[in-house]
Amino acid sequence: MNLFFSLVVIAVLIALPWVLVGAAGLDYLFGVIVPYVALAVFVVGLLMRVLQWARLPVPFRTPTTCGQQKSLPWIKPSRLENPHSTLGVIGRMLLEVLFFRSLFRNTRSQLRDGSRLTYLADKWLWAGGLAFHWTFLIVVARHFRFFLEPVPWCVSVMEGLDSFFQIGLPIIYLTDVIIIAALTYLFFRRIVNPRLRYISLAGDYFPLLLLLGIAVSGVWMRYFDKTDIVGIKELSMGLVTLGPVVPEGIGVTFFIHLFLVSALLIYFPFSKLVHAGGVFFSPTRNLANNNRVKRHINPWDYPVKVHTYEEYEDEFRDVMKAAEMPLEKE
Amino acid sequence: MAEDVKKPEELIQIDYGPPKRSWMDPAVKFERGSYNYAAVKDNQEYLSLPFPRKWQPYEDDWQLPDGWEEIIFKGFKERLEKYRSLRIFMDICVRCGACADKCHFFIGSGDPKNMPVLRAELLRSVYRNDFTTAGKVLGKFAGGRKLTVGVLKEWFYYFYQCTECRRCSVFCPYGIDTAEITMMARELMNLIGISIEWIGTPVANCFRTGNHLGIQPHGFKDSIDFAVDELEELTGVRVEAPINKKGAEILFVAPSADYFASPHYYTLLGYLQLFHEIGLDYTWSSYASEGGNFGLFHSAEMMKRLNSKIYMEAKRLGVKWIIGGECGHMWRVVHQYMDTLNGPADFLEEPVSPFTGTRFENTRTTKMVHIAEFTADLIHHNKLKLDPSRNDHWRVTYHDSCNPVRAMGLLEEPRYVINSVCNNFHEMPENTIREQTFCCGSGAGLGTDENFEMRMRGGLPRANAVQYVHDTHDVNILLCMCAIDKATLPPLLEYWVPGVEVGGVHEMVGNALIMKGQHDRPTDLRGTPYEQNGKEGDDNV
Repeated sequence: MNLFFSLVVIAVLIALPWVLVGAAGLDYLFGVIVPYVALAVFVVGLLMRVLQWARLPVPFRTPTTCGQQKSLPWIKPSRLENPHSTLGVIGRMLLEVLFFRSLFRNTRSQLRDGSRLTYLADKWLWAGGLAFHWTFLIVVARHFRFFLEPVPWCVSVMEGLDSFFQIGLPIIYLTDVIIIAALTYLFFRRIVNPRLRYISLAGDYFPLLLLLGIAVSGVWMRYFDKTDIVGIKELSMGLVTLGPVVPEGIGVTFFIHLFLVSALLIYFPFSKLVHAGGVFFSPTRNLANNNRVKRHINPWDYPVKVHTYEEYEDEFRDVMKAAEMPLEKE
Repeated sequence: MAEDVKKPEELIQIDYGPPKRSWMDPAVKFERGSYNYAAVKDNQEYLSLPFPRKWQPYEDDWQLPDGWEEIIFKGFKERLEKYRSLRIFMDICVRCGACADKCHFFIGSGDPKNMPVLRAELLRSVYRNDFTTAGKVLGKFAGGRKLTVGVLKEWFYYFYQCTECRRCSVFCPYGIDTAEITMMARELMNLIGISIEWIGTPVANCFRTGNHLGIQPHGFKDSIDFAVDELEELTGVRVEAPINKKGAEILFVAPSADYFASPHYYTLLGYLQLFHEIGLDYTWSSYASEGGNFGLFHSAEMMKRLNSKIYMEAKRLGVKWIIGGECGHMWRVVHQYMDTLNGPADFLEEPVSPFTGTRFENTRTTKMVHIAEFTADLIHHNKLKLDPSRNDHWRVTYHDSCNPVRAMGLLEEPRYVINSVCNNFHEMPENTIREQTFCCGSGAGLGTDENFEMRMRGGLPRANAVQYVHDTHDVNILLCMCAIDKATLPPLLEYWVPGVEVGGVHEMVGNALIMKGQHDRPTDLRGTPYEQNGKEGDDNV
């Protein structure tokens, strides 16, 4: 049901530019207006999200500690798994964000011979996730060749590395292959694994399909459709210099690609994709475990009803006296 | 163990396949052995909690107050504005599934709603429906669910089937902490008078008498005195155990089970021996006679109300600093919450060991030292005369308790102590210890008889790892530093791994500690004669 719903939405998103640009000629709408709107929604939406999180209080300091604390001088603390300083926290966050440290711990539990539990390392999700995120970053960065003139040297270097194996014509980018493979894996694991299929919502299938649509349409343009790249650069430069033009002769595949990207930008701030920003705010990861060293203040702390020693002694004075326990008041 | 409890061979037939029915349709059956009884009306009243009433989870009608949905909606909104953690954890889960088989309740039950991701979705679906644009517009397609009585019953069932152990949070790529989510869900249910007896009663007891068991001051004194007498019989040494003594240097706070339950009691004997032997100037307190804090399992406010006693008592008695005993969730509260809740403890001094001169810099502001830190420091400086061979009849393994590991990082201190007082120490498999340790399955207020089957299920991964070292290394005792562990691991092991005992780290310290002026000590602290174990009883100094 959730999968079907996602597929229908994707089909509609592909059909819209296909029909409206291909047949109705709404080039300007799909080439200029929609991308501008999408970018605005993305920037404003994400900014609002992040600002909302940022202004929320963190009443308690509750890191999840995954290693030895810093205590006695002769016991070696685990500086990254259980950071006690800001530097350690930065290190932990970098490991988390750049290399998915926690996901790397993943194990698969199995009940063997009907009685023995085992926990085997399971790195597939980690590998697939890491492969997707890194290649996505590189692919996005590569696209700066369309938005910058002259093309910066770092973009060219990256392209050089990406096409290192010099296979095919146009030369195949490694990242194109990896990103499609990774997304396909991430998508199919949700369908094949019954447990994942059970927990998956439309909001889990949809972004994977959307990203696949973007990747495939991009690859199609580059390797098969051989879209008019000069025309595209003219359009993209027009967009960034705020003098939008829509040249003649850009194929409909490009408009599909651009529309799916726009859809992703619009969808992003209102979906689980905000994990990209949210991970930085996770209180179990971004706080130092220095609780007993540095007092943490709860901004909304309020006085509560307590049971004082005086009330306690008043209630139990007789028995305390009989037991010859020290008293405040005889 | 009740008569109708399933046998281990039956219980381990676990079906991990998800059901056909979508998880979004609430379906919860309150079957014997897998839920806890409702909080008692009198205790709710004593604590001035809202909507006290007589009800039970298995009844159809929970007698919910009028407008309960509105109360929860407002409570949810308030918490979303007060806790960044809650908002973040509601927003960023991608349902990658990494947490799914990390939960001991899922491993032991196969119930998909015990996957941390779905446990959180129980709350998250209502969040989407009530607080997000997508959920308001798309409803079910965006994963939103309206809060109904059915959903509420699921909340009760599954949020009291989480022990707040935080194991899933170790594996989550965003550190989403189900303990935090469970705490919030329980707070919301509290607002409409829904809680469980085994949290309500200890909390009310603790508020009134200073400890969960409801032991009054003279009873407390009796049990400590009794331990002193027994220790004299066992060792020939008469120790002092001052109570409510003003002007002592140190206040000692332990979980109340240490002086009223077994096998905790042997750990208490260990403390008493240790403090006497080094000549610690300390005092117990009858008013703050509980280190544990079931308020943590109830609400932040209740945690604060109970925890307040420790600092207030330290101030009244005029001590310099505090040592805390062997307890799990107590240390979550002491380490991560106490200073924030009830500090600053500016009337105390930065802890310095009077025997080694070690400045416990890691407790500079909280001013409370874990006994494992304290003892490890003593041993490291050769301040104790130890004979580890007096524990040779024990082949030990060590269970890391959830909170001291995942909310503090107390890993090496207890191991150092154990290695100094025991000759036969064997670790359980690496995916079941340290930060990946498995819960006893009975924490966070769930250790009741009526919840027995679910506890055995939740404790399966722990017991299974014990089984492994029992088979491969003949391990016969599981050491731990947690009062709930000491109460609930014995029945767990009796069920899954008969023949393995449970003990505390300071029980082993007590056995190994050579005391000045002691007599022969022919038995260990449990009164087991050494001869029976093939060891001479008179080989100590």
